[in-house]
Formats: sequence, C-alpha cells, structure tokens
Amino acid sequence: MSAHADVLIIGAGPAGLNAALAAAPSGARIVLLDDNPWPGGQIWRAGPQASVPAQAQRLREHVGALNNVQHHPQTRVIAATGPRQLLVEDAERGWLIDYDTLILCTGARELLLPFPGWTLPGVTGAGGLQALVKGGLPVRDQRVVIAGSGPLLLASAATARHNGAQVVGVAEQATRGAVAGFAAQLPRWPNKLLQAFGLFDRHYRTDSHVVEALGTERLEGVRLRQHGKLVELACERLACGFGLIPNSQLGQALGCTLHGQALAVDAWQATSEPGLFAAGECTGFGGSELALVEGTIAGLAAVGDRQGAARHWPQRARWQGFAKALNHAFALAPQLKQLARPDTLVCRCEDVPYSKLAGQRDWREAKLSSRCGMGACQGRVCGAAAQHLFGWQPSAPRPPFSPARIETLLCLDDTPPA
Amino acid sequence: MPELTLDGRALRVAEGTSVAAALALAGDGCTRTSVSGQRRAPLCGMGICQECRVSIDGRRRLACQTLCRDGMQVETRA
Ligand SMILES: Cc1cc2nc3c(=O)[nH]c(=O)nc-3n(C[C@H](O)[C@H](O)[C@H](O)COP(=O)(O)OP(=O)(O)OC[C@H]3O[C@@H](n4cnc5c(N)ncnc54)[C@H](O)[C@@H]3O)c2cc1C
Ligand code: FES
Repeated sequence: MSAHADVLIIGAGPAGLNAALAAAPSGARIVLLDDNPWPGGQIWRAGPQASVPAQAQRLREHVGALNNVQHHPQTRVIAATGPRQLLVEDAERGWLIDYDTLILCTGARELLLPFPGWTLPGVTGAGGLQALVKGGLPVRDQRVVIAGSGPLLLASAATARHNGAQVVGVAEQATRGAVAGFAAQLPRWPNKLLQAFGLFDRHYRTDSHVVEALGTERLEGVRLRQHGKLVELACERLACGFGLIPNSQLGQALGCTLHGQALAVDAWQATSEPGLFAAGECTGFGGSELALVEGTIAGLAAVGDRQGAARHWPQRARWQGFAKALNHAFALAPQLKQLARPDTLVCRCEDVPYSKLAGQRDWREAKLSSRCGMGACQGRVCGAAAQHLFGWQPSAPRPPFSPARIETLLCLDDTPPA
Repeated sequence: MPELTLDGRALRVAEGTSVAAALALAGDGCTRTSVSGQRRAPLCGMGICQECRVSIDGRRRLACQTLCRDGMQVETRA
C-alpha cells in the first residue's frame, strides 16, 4: 500500500503544527506524522497529569480541522525507500508515502550522560521524568532529585511538584554567574521572564552535578557535588538530563548537511537537499517560540510563498537571540566528562562499559569492537554520549531507523529495484 | 477508564494513561531485563532510549508511547 503527500511533515510539535498551518491555505495535500499518541511534541505533551496551555489547544484544534491535513499519530519513519519516498509504521501497519516536499520537524532529545548507577530503575532523564509524569506516572509523596543542566530542570521540577512529589534538590551544573547572567537578559523576552519566576524552586543550586546514583535493585539516593562538596540525598527518583540535542538522524540519513549536531538550514529553512526543509529544534535548540516561527517559515517556503515566509524573519531573529543566550549560559562543564567509571555502562542496550570505549579511535571502531550503539536505540543515547565524551561524530543511521515489524519491512519488496 | 492486564494483574487506569505509567501504578515500573541481567525502567519517556519496550498484545512496543486500552495484555518478561 502507498500514499502520496504534496507536503510531508515529520513531527507534530510546535514546529510541525505551525508548518502544517502555514502550508495549508495553498491547498496542498499535507500529511503530518508523529510517533506520539497526541500532537503537541515535547512541550505540549498531553496526558492524564498534563495541562496543555490554551494557545497549544487552539493550534491543535485548528490543524485538526483542516481538510487537507491528514494526521497520523503513533507513526514512525522506518526507512527511506527511494527518492522522495519513506516507509512508515504505526501500531497496526506499515506503508509507503511518496512526497514532493518534506519538512523535518523532529525536535530534540535530552543529552543523557553516563554516571555510576544511572541504569538503576528510578533514574530517568529530566525532561524524561516530566514526560512520564504527564503520561500518568505516579510521583505523589516521592522524594525527587533533579539534576543536569538547562531550564528544563525547573520545568521538570514544577511538573513533579504539581503532581505531589517532594522535590528535595535541583542541581544545575552551570555556574551561578552564568545562570545569573542569563536571568539578567530575560527582560528582553518578557514572557520568558514570567515563566522563569513561575518555575523558581527554593532547592535550586548552581555549580552542582550528580556524582552517583545509589542503590542496589533500585534507586535509594543520590550523591551530588555541590559547590565542590559531596552531599547525599535520599530519594526515590533522580531525573537527570544535560540539555537538549537535535534529532538530526533522519535528516542525516537523507543526505542533509549538518551544522554542528543540528541540520543546517538557510533563511528559508531549506536544508542542503532539494525539496527538503527543516524547522524547530532539529535545527538547533531554541525553545518553542523559535520552533513555532521556524515552522511557519518552512511551511510557507515549502509551498512557494517566499514573500510570506520572509515576513517572519524578524521574529525568528528575535528568538534566535534568546536561543544564543540560553546555549551560552548552560554550556557543559568539562568535569562532566569524568562522571563514568570504568565499569559504568555507556551503551544500555548492549551493556557496554566505559572501559571498552576509552582508547578507541572513533565511533566506527568502538561500534565494531564493542557492539556499542548496535542495540535497539541505534546509538541515539550512547552515540550522543560518546560524541560528548570522546568527540566522536556518529555515522548516519542505517535503516530500519527504529525497530520495525517483519510485515512492515516486507513492504520494501513492493518497491521496484533501483 | 480502561482496564488492562499487566503481567497477569488486572488494573484500571485513568483515560490517556501510558503503559509506562500503568506499570509503575501496578508494581515496580520495570519494563525489561538487560543483556547482563539488570532490571530496567523507562529512561527518556519520549520514544528514544527503547528501555521501555514490552510485549503488548503479543507485539513489542514502547510503553512510554502507548496508551492503555481496555483489554490490553502487557508482559514485561516476555
Ligand atoms: C523531554 C522534553 C521536555 C521538554 N519540556 C519542555 C517544557 O516543559 N517547556 C519548554 O519550554 N520546553 C520544553 N522542551 C523543549 C522543547 O523541545 C521545545 O520547546 C519545543 O517543544 C520544540 O518544538 P519542536 O516542534 O521543534 O520539537 P518537538 O516538540 O520535540 O516535536 C518533535 C516531534 O516529532 C516527533 N518525532 C521525532 N522524530 C520522529 C520520527 N522519526 N518519526 C515520527 N515522529 C518523530 C517527536 O516525538 C515529537 O513529538 C522539552 C524538550 C524535551 C526533549
Ligand atoms: S522510555 Fe525511552 S523509549 Fe520509552
């Protein structure tokens, strides 16, 4: 079975939703794919313990009401099967989609760095805990420590507290000076300032990072280094994430040039590949406002409305300024590269310890000799960690991009040989 | 309110609850056993890490991105 889209959008977060909204008036047949049950992406994740802001509700309803936008939830991309064709899969079936123009709005994921004990049940990402709680994970009366870096720590703490958790510590690795300097710039983006005040937590500490997660069968406590001193906190959950990294793998597999870890784009949000646009955090971390305006520009440019697209450039520049200030303030300290011990697992899929990776020449050699990155996550966790720890550039992923069912892979046989 | 079975235990959950959340409501929240025998639980909460893969109605799926449905059978040790 196969389908056709004039404009195919991957990812229904702020960028993807706005891209669909901007492209729709052209009358183009638009298909919007996302692997989550509901549209909204990371920031507007729905669920029994989530509250989605009114602006997001309206955007979702607006896009949902468009006749020429078809939304496929819980659908992921499995392979690129030919020029302008992708193999996708949902819970029930796999099928091929042909497209004229593709807009990648695949967002970002957390940078998860290995430290002793991080594989214990009870340890999650920082945004990871927030996402799980929104989906109904019970945290009432549990003691929670949040650690890592970036504004997501406070957002995650707020969600946990709102759902009855006792947040006993928030450890930010950045220095007090860096965080204060960032906060001092916030009046340039007034609504961000309000958000930051709303999220403030009295347990917030700068110059602090996780040293070890303690426990045998599951997490029992955390050892932190706070201003150079070791402290231990008893807790049921540790939520630790070191900022966000772009989900650029699909773009990379389709041949797009990277700029650092992100997909490189021009003023039209066009990538290096003809007919292929990218918007939102897969082009670099910058928050939902930047993702929204980039989505609009990509959607308009994808249907040829360059004049309309260019009208949004000033707004994009404004939010790029915010992104720059943010990335500067929360740059990761070098000592975070020394958290893992020789026996700390770096690859959680294949259980490969740090000692098997240290000393390897590059990602390819590490993979071949240790199976690191060859498991189910396809290196999306350990490849990013290894890039941070050792400076290895991960190779473009090979299909299947995520574990797929045999029946889906059989669709590949429908395609004529190249 | 959907009612599902998790490793043989019946549980009723709020509409929209993820399978990952249901596993924590019903028990220890663990999802799989690693190749070296460690029990693991969801890590990223967003479809990246694959730590949450479980058997749902006989198919391997991600617990963090799957919503509980009436009659669902979830196995963490399959
Ligand atoms: C875990 C997490 C929590 C966050 N929480 C907050 C918060 O509380 N407040 C805040 O201001 N910012 C938060 N952020 C930052 C947030 O990423 C941005 O503010 C905003 O959501 C970016 O929008 P986007 O459209 O670029 O990407 P996203 O919102 O990340 O949307 C991308 C979507 O594409 C889907 N996707 C990716 N690849 C594929 C694929 N191959 N196939 C199918 N679907 C795919 C993803 O699952 C996701 O739904 C969070 C980020 C993360 C990672
Ligand atoms: S918790 Fe990471 S994929 Fe589900």
